[in-house]
Amino acid sequence: MSDVKTPNTPLWEVFIRSRNGLAHKHVGSLHAADSTLALQAARDLYTRRGEGLSLWIVPSNAITASDPADKGMMFEPTVSKAYRHPTFYDVPDEVGHM
Amino acid sequence: MYTQGLSNPDTAAPAKAAEGAGLAARFQERVDAEERIEANDWMPDAYRRTLTRQISQHAHSEIIGMLPEGNWVTRAPTLRRKATLLAKVQDEAGHGLYLYAAAETLGRSREEMFDDLLSGKAKYSSIFNYPTLTWADMGAIGWLVDGAAIMNQIPLCRCSYGPYARAMIRVCKEESFHQRQGYEIMVALCRGTPEQKAMAQDALNRWYWPCLMMFGPPDGDSTHSDQSTRWKIKRFSNDELRQKFLDALVPQTEFLGLTLPDADLRFELGEGDATKDGARGHWRHGSINWDEFRQVLAGNGPCNRERIAARRRAHKEGAWVREAAAAYAAKQAKQKLAA
Ligand SMILES: [Fe+2]
Ligand SMILES: [Fe+2]
Ligand SMILES: [Fe+2]
Repeated sequence: MSDVKTPNTPLWEVFIRSRNGLAHKHVGSLHAADSTLALQAARDLYTRRGEGLSLWIVPSNAITASDPADKGMMFEPTVSKAYRHPTFYDVPDEVGHM
Repeated sequence: MYTQGLSNPDTAAPAKAAEGAGLAARFQERVDAEERIEANDWMPDAYRRTLTRQISQHAHSEIIGMLPEGNWVTRAPTLRRKATLLAKVQDEAGHGLYLYAAAETLGRSREEMFDDLLSGKAKYSSIFNYPTLTWADMGAIGWLVDGAAIMNQIPLCRCSYGPYARAMIRVCKEESFHQRQGYEIMVALCRGTPEQKAMAQDALNRWYWPCLMMFGPPDGDSTHSDQSTRWKIKRFSNDELRQKFLDALVPQTEFLGLTLPDADLRFELGEGDATKDGARGHWRHGSINWDEFRQVLAGNGPCNRERIAARRRAHKEGAWVREAAAAYAAKQAKQKLAA
């Protein structure tokens, strides 16, 4: 039997909200035939010790990711534009905290 | 450890010139700077291959590792022991799945890796090819096997490959329960009747040497270590980890009132952590039977055939479930399109 290739099962990404007020956070991935089974598997696999209150399941192939090779082009402007940060501006000490 | 099959050298061709010394140098700089490498980042082919092999072997070990303990779930002496053993075995399934997911980020599918396990092409840790003969083996496995695994896995939480490191952080959080529940079993047996204590000693006698072997061949013989160390996949050598394990093991054994089955075990004064009596140095074990280790890795251990046969049977018996789930999912998707 092991010479027969096992067919691939779709891949899903799992997100957990650990408590109310916090965002869902990516925790990992898993394989399942459909979203119902994926949700059940995520519960078994990622929440065995009270890790969360809410689960999101997303098909992995639905995610569009930025290319690490484009890192410079994509994210460099956030570094060079220091004037986007409050510390760039001089406010006289007498004014106090602003 | 869980990836002992790595000790054979990598025979792949040297990286293509087109890949450029530049990329490789940049990669090594990032590793040296303790930056984490992520799935879509450029990496040398050999790094990818080494990690795919290491992580998938580790995953296979977790999966096969469920079998020796699964053997005792229905025969646990109390409901408490049964519930904890079941939870532990379930954790090991989880570890296997986190690890397959981490390995998949390198490009091979879980199904391909799993088929390699079933066909016998892929390796898993030698330790799971030993039988679990008595209930005391559940204590010895949690205490010693999971204890050795923790020694190996804690440094892997800082592995240069991000997905592997993150999987290891989750695994390590869960492992400490495993070791503690095993030690608790040993304490209970050692405080029990003389027969129970003898059962604990017998389990220790059988697991001590195979656990020392878990860390893999001595440093001089391990061809893979240098490159893995440069790539910051490996942070400590096999012998260093084995030493840490032994130094922790001796006082724990003394507490139980048991004896390690090692006539040459001795304390050597020198550098090292202080023991509880304030002496500095290390415990030294007697010589390990590496021939036994090689035999077990080659497939000739006491339970190799049984373990793979059990996985094959489970895979075969689960085939209709996978087929039914896939057929149902396809039908639902079709209905959704039609609606
Ligand atoms: Fe483990
Ligand atoms: Fe584990
Ligand atoms: Fe474990």
